[in-house]
Amino acid sequence: MGHLPFDIAHMLAGSLVLVSFAMLYQNRLYSLLNMLAVHALVLALSVAWQAYIQHAPHLYITAAIALGFKAIVIPIALKRMVFQMGIHREVETVVGTGLTMLAGIAMVAVSLEVMLPVTSGSDPVAREDIALALSVLLIGLLMMVTRRNAVSQIAGFMSLENGIVLAATGAQGMPLVVEISVAFSILIAFIVIGIFLFRIRERFDTVDDRALDRFRGEH
Amino acid sequence: MTFEALIWQGIQMMLALALAPLLTGLVRKAKARLLRRRGAPLLQPYRDLRRLLGKDVVLADNASWLFRVAPYVIFALTWVAAALVPTFSTGLMFSWSGDLIAIIALLGSVRFLQALAALDIGTSFGGIGSSREMMFASLAEPAMNMLVFTLALVARSTQLSTIANVMFGAGLRVSLALALFGFIIVAIAENARIPVDNPATHLELTMVHEAMVLEYSGRHLAMIEFAAMIKLLLYVSLIGCIFFPFGMAQDEQALLLPRILACGIGLACYAAKLAFAGLALALFETSIAKMRVFRVPDFIGVALMLGLLGTLLLFVSRSL
Repeated sequence: MGHLPFDIAHMLAGSLVLVSFAMLYQNRLYSLLNMLAVHALVLALSVAWQAYIQHAPHLYITAAIALGFKAIVIPIALKRMVFQMGIHREVETVVGTGLTMLAGIAMVAVSLEVMLPVTSGSDPVAREDIALALSVLLIGLLMMVTRRNAVSQIAGFMSLENGIVLAATGAQGMPLVVEISVAFSILIAFIVIGIFLFRIRERFDTVDDRALDRFRGEH
Repeated sequence: MTFEALIWQGIQMMLALALAPLLTGLVRKAKARLLRRRGAPLLQPYRDLRRLLGKDVVLADNASWLFRVAPYVIFALTWVAAALVPTFSTGLMFSWSGDLIAIIALLGSVRFLQALAALDIGTSFGGIGSSREMMFASLAEPAMNMLVFTLALVARSTQLSTIANVMFGAGLRVSLALALFGFIIVAIAENARIPVDNPATHLELTMVHEAMVLEYSGRHLAMIEFAAMIKLLLYVSLIGCIFFPFGMAQDEQALLLPRILACGIGLACYAAKLAFAGLALALFETSIAKMRVFRVPDFIGVALMLGLLGTLLLFVSRSL
């Protein structure tokens, strides 16, 4: 079974796509944040497996960052924010789960169609990994577009970033400095977004972004 | 040789009949233990069936022949479908007919008959039950078909015996993982298990399957309950034989003794798979709440999406 390491790598990348779909399916904030933690956990596993098959020890650090920050710190912090803002019981109005999921399938189709021909010359392991990573990224983007609640937009943003990390680890030879700085910039972005959330909440009594449209006089 | 093959096939058919109530009993017992109740003994479903068989049938005045015939046909079709799924061995005598699409068709006819019989009496519960069942089925059946296409693209066949043989060497594949999740969702929906329907409820607002069989009693009810138990076993064996074909006896050996040994191992593995599935189902059902009826199409829709996604991945890249 010489294919097994590659198969496991694909399997982990595929489960990341699956968890992305699971995030699209959730319509409660708490379960969405739980899914976000699972997403980061799968990412950490995937990166650790890449570290193992590429014999690249610095990737273990990336995996540890994914596990520590994204699977533990950020979901807990987000949950606390949700709780403090008193929106932990709210069910979010999503455009329609079925439609969103179909759009997600379309995203996967697009990323496979685009990525596989472009990378046809390169390493067969990296190819499908990058295609799957691009679909994780696009689904994260889709989630930011289709959700109205600012907290779930953050969750979409985080899952998008997980897709970037997956792509980066699939392609061999990304320097550790870049990875660490990306991880920290995400953390900074998270803090800034958090502060903004509380400001929006103070000003409008809601974190629904339709309030911003009304404020600008668009509706 | 043919006589021996017939015996193995007979064992396979009887196995479905003999183990189905035990599996249901196991799920009920495990659920009760998880809720810290003592629960009915494992053999209780057998006793229930015997008791129901001994009771008189109470028929509504306006019941037609359809209402009386339906339970037996439902039972027979479900049994045939369950007997077609390879459990402990591939390459049995009737394996050529064990086709996934045939099984879907058999189960589809079961559902059709059940809905007709529920409408026959003309009570409002029968109507609500069959309309809901049809609503779920209209999503679950395409989902099942998409999942079958995914498998067929990998195995290049829809025949279960061949699929199981291919899966021995298929390795880990993303599309198969997607198909597994899809299959589990469809199995939960089709067997009226908890997030979709509650098999133990008689509350008007939530029941689906129970609403359809509300008018049945006596031996008719026994047939329908037995058919439901066999259906649960069928889905568990289906998932076991497609995704976890470990330990199944492969094609016929020439000698009798190795064949018996291989089938013995196959039977033991099958029993282990059933036990695991029963416990996992009980754990899942106790940890989740039933969803609203109008949320169910989303849930089953996920299975359809997974089937689509799996097919898509296989069309684009042969190695996924």
